[in-house]
Order: sequence, then structure tokens, then C-alpha cells
Amino acid sequence: MIQVHINKQLHGANGDFQLNASLHIAEGEFVALFGASGVGKTTLLRCLAGLEQPEQGNIVVSGETWLDSAARINLPPQQRRVGYMFQDYALFPNMTVRGNLEFALRKGPDHKRVNELLELMVLGELQHRKPDSLSGGQKQRVALARALASEPRLLLLDEPFSALDAEMRSRLHDEILRLQKHFGITTVIVSHDVSEVCKLTSRVMMMEAGRIVQQGKPIDVFSAGQASGKFRFTGEILAIEAMDVMFSLTVLVGNQIVRVVAMPDEAAKLCVGERVMLVSKAFNPMVIKLEQ
Amino acid sequence: MIIDWQPLILTFKLAAVTTVILLCIGVPFAWWLANTRIRFKPVVEAMVSMPLVLPPSVLGFYLLLAFSPEYWFGAWLDREVGIRLAFSFEGLVVASVIFSFPFLAHPVQAAFQNLPRSLTDAARILGKSNWQTFTRVLIPNIKPALLSGTVLAFAHTVGEFGVVLMIGGNLPNETRVASIAIYDEVESLNYAAANFYAGVLFVLSFLILLLVYAVNRRVQK
Repeated sequence: MIQVHINKQLHGANGDFQLNASLHIAEGEFVALFGASGVGKTTLLRCLAGLEQPEQGNIVVSGETWLDSAARINLPPQQRRVGYMFQDYALFPNMTVRGNLEFALRKGPDHKRVNELLELMVLGELQHRKPDSLSGGQKQRVALARALASEPRLLLLDEPFSALDAEMRSRLHDEILRLQKHFGITTVIVSHDVSEVCKLTSRVMMMEAGRIVQQGKPIDVFSAGQASGKFRFTGEILAIEAMDVMFSLTVLVGNQIVRVVAMPDEAAKLCVGERVMLVSKAFNPMVIKLEQ
Repeated sequence: MIIDWQPLILTFKLAAVTTVILLCIGVPFAWWLANTRIRFKPVVEAMVSMPLVLPPSVLGFYLLLAFSPEYWFGAWLDREVGIRLAFSFEGLVVASVIFSFPFLAHPVQAAFQNLPRSLTDAARILGKSNWQTFTRVLIPNIKPALLSGTVLAFAHTVGEFGVVLMIGGNLPNETRVASIAIYDEVESLNYAAANFYAGVLFVLSFLILLLVYAVNRRVQK
């Protein structure tokens, strides 16, 4: 059980505000901190890791006090035993993949554990390469393996997938889910990707201006109050084809290709490459609008 | 022609001692400067850079005054530590450390600043002490800058003339470094000897720089 209460002055792009967050995380739970940029998600994560110190607050992890501003207790990051995955991965460029993992071990050399992690993350072939020669997805796997190598009690992921393409992201999502279950490790992920949060976590905490404004099961949180009868999304026209008296538009919406029908006068005003908004009022398609 | 090797030996001894001292104090200092948020940081940076722009004679002049037993600092050193820095090898070392400082500190500071902050954070989270982080993560990742800074400081010390002349004079085996010897030999119209010292410095300087660029190219690959 992790109990967190944090108060910290933040300097955002739109002026100063207070990070004022209280949260509980159960043992082995996978939760998300969700919100727009600059609402304090990463700062909260950094406070958990001990990289930043809140003005006031306390953090208790499984009965052990990491932070208690009243009692002037503040464990340094070295003693907190967290695993942290940075947005830029923060792999040590001077060490090989294997070297990065070995550096992370807390109790001296342990070939077995390193080998096990290399195998688990399918990094065996890459173990003697330097990080600079790896692709984004490979670096990401190394970063995850390194975070796990230190046998953390709490795993913190700071938008770890934001720099990857959709396919790679989806594969790593599967991987991280598998590892999280395998090690049963309590995990907090910072994300502003709705599908990621829904796929990975059992609970999402929605943050706005330094506060947790809502929390619950991702699907419930994201759908609450947002479902309306209207159905609309924006996309880019890929093709316009004539079919009998009508026209068929092929539209790219996100990563999905949608085919819709248009009247000749509508189609005449459109050309390939233009951005359009698709709106339907006539029926309720049970699609939930996902906007941040 | 009988060649006196002393000025050359003295020059490289001075440069070597200076470089070692600079590495010991300059690298931690550069790290501090790269990370500090103190308000008077620009003042410190300006002070560090002063030797780059000041005429060496200005620096030499003030150092001479400072080292002189006639004034309080020199007198205090003489009385308490028993060292006279004016017209001595020790004095040259102190002066060289000061005037070669920016040549080491600048590239190293820039390199520290260019390292992502997350590397330090990551090492700390992995349980590493500040010292382990410094020696195993930060230093190995600024090697090219460290190498060029070291060599520049060394080469600059080899080549310094004005400051040495002001505070060292021309004492054989004590302060008569190669650059001074050249000047002295020319003064006495002994061009052959001057040519010898000058040639050695010329070739060595070129070789040193060549080494730096060659090694840096390999490191970057």
C-alpha cells in the first residue's frame, strides 16, 4: 500500500499553481496519471522517486516512510528502490546494453539476473551494443529491463511510449503488461494517451492544474459526461471515387481508414489531402468521444 | 652548438604539473559551474574567463604584486607557509593554473551542461552515490571534451610567455622555460639556439593538436 500526499509550488507556462495531490495505490496495482502537459504529472512522479522535494507532504510505502516533511524525513532517491523509466530513456551511452543492466544491480554482479532480464526482454542479441546504435523501441526495452534490474518496489514510467510509432507502442504495451504481471510490481505510468491508459491500467487518476480531479476505471472515467448522441471526428481525405450517382470518400481518421458516402455536390467541393470533419446526427453509434 | 635541454624539460615539467593540478580542481569546478543555480554565477564565469581576454602582462603584473613579499599575501605566504612564489617554479605553477584554467574548464563545463539531466537522475535512482555517478556515468560521457580541455590547457601552458616573464623572470633551471629562452637567445643574437627551441615547440604543438583531433574523431565514431 502506497499513500501519498504532496504539496508543491509549481511554475507552469500559465503562471504558478499548487501541486496538491493525495493518492493511494494498492500493492501490485497498475495505475495511470493522466492529463494534459504541464499539470504536474511528471513532477508528482519525480516526487515519488525522490528527485524533487515537495514543500510539504508525506509518502509511505508498505509501512516505510519515504517522506514526512513534518518529521523532516526525506529518503534520497538512492534509498527508495524505485524503478524509473525516463521519457528520453536515460541509458548510459558509455555502457553496453549489458553494462547498463549490470550497473543497475544493487548487490554486485549477478549474471543470472542480467541474463534472465536480457532473455525476458529479447535483448540477448543486442547485449554488447551501445545505446546510440539502438532503435527507439530497443532503447525502450533496455530502459525497462534496467529499471527492473534494480529490483524496485515501485515502478514509475514517465510517458515511456510517447516517442514510438503506433505499432511499436502496441507491442511494448503487451510486453510491459506481461512484465508487470510477472513481477507483480506496483506501477505508476504518466500518460496522455487514452488508449494506452485503458489498455494498461486498472485505475486512472485524472489531473488538472496540480490536482487529481477524478479517478476510477479508465473506461468509466473517460466516458463520464462525455458521451453524446452526436458522432463526429476529423480526418484527411485519401481518395474520392465516383460510384453511380454518389461518391465514395476514403478518409483517414487517426490510424483508421473510413469509407463514407458523399453527394456529388459535396464531393465536388473536396479534393484529396484536405482535412474534413465527419458528423453524423441521425443515429447514435455508441462511439465515445475521446478528447483530452 | 651545445644545446641546453633545461628550458625544454622545465617547460614540459611545468605544463605537466599544471595540467594535473587543473584536472584535480578544474573538472569538479566545471561540474559545479554546470549545475549551480547561485545568483552570482555570471560573476564566477566572468572571472574564470578573464585569462582568455586579459593581456598576459596584466595578469602577470597583478600576480607579481600578489606574490611579492612586499605585499600582504606574499608576506603571509612567506611567513606562514615558507613559500616565495615570485621568481620561483612554484609561482609559475600557480600562475599557470590560473591562466590555463578556462582552457580546461570551458569545454568540460559545456560538456557537462550538454549531458541530459536524466543521466544523473537515473544513476541516483539506481542507488549510486554522487561520486559513483560522477566517475562512472558523467566523466566517461564527456571524454572528448575532457581530452581536448586537458590538451589545450597543457599546450597553452607550454606556450605561455607574458605571465612567465612577469613573475618568473629568466632564472636557469627555475623559471627559464622554452618560450623565455627563445626570447633570451634572440636578444643575444643566438639565432641557432632560438631556432632549435622554437622548432621543438612548433613540432610538438602540432603533434599534440593532431593527436587530439585524431582521437576525438575515433571517439565520435
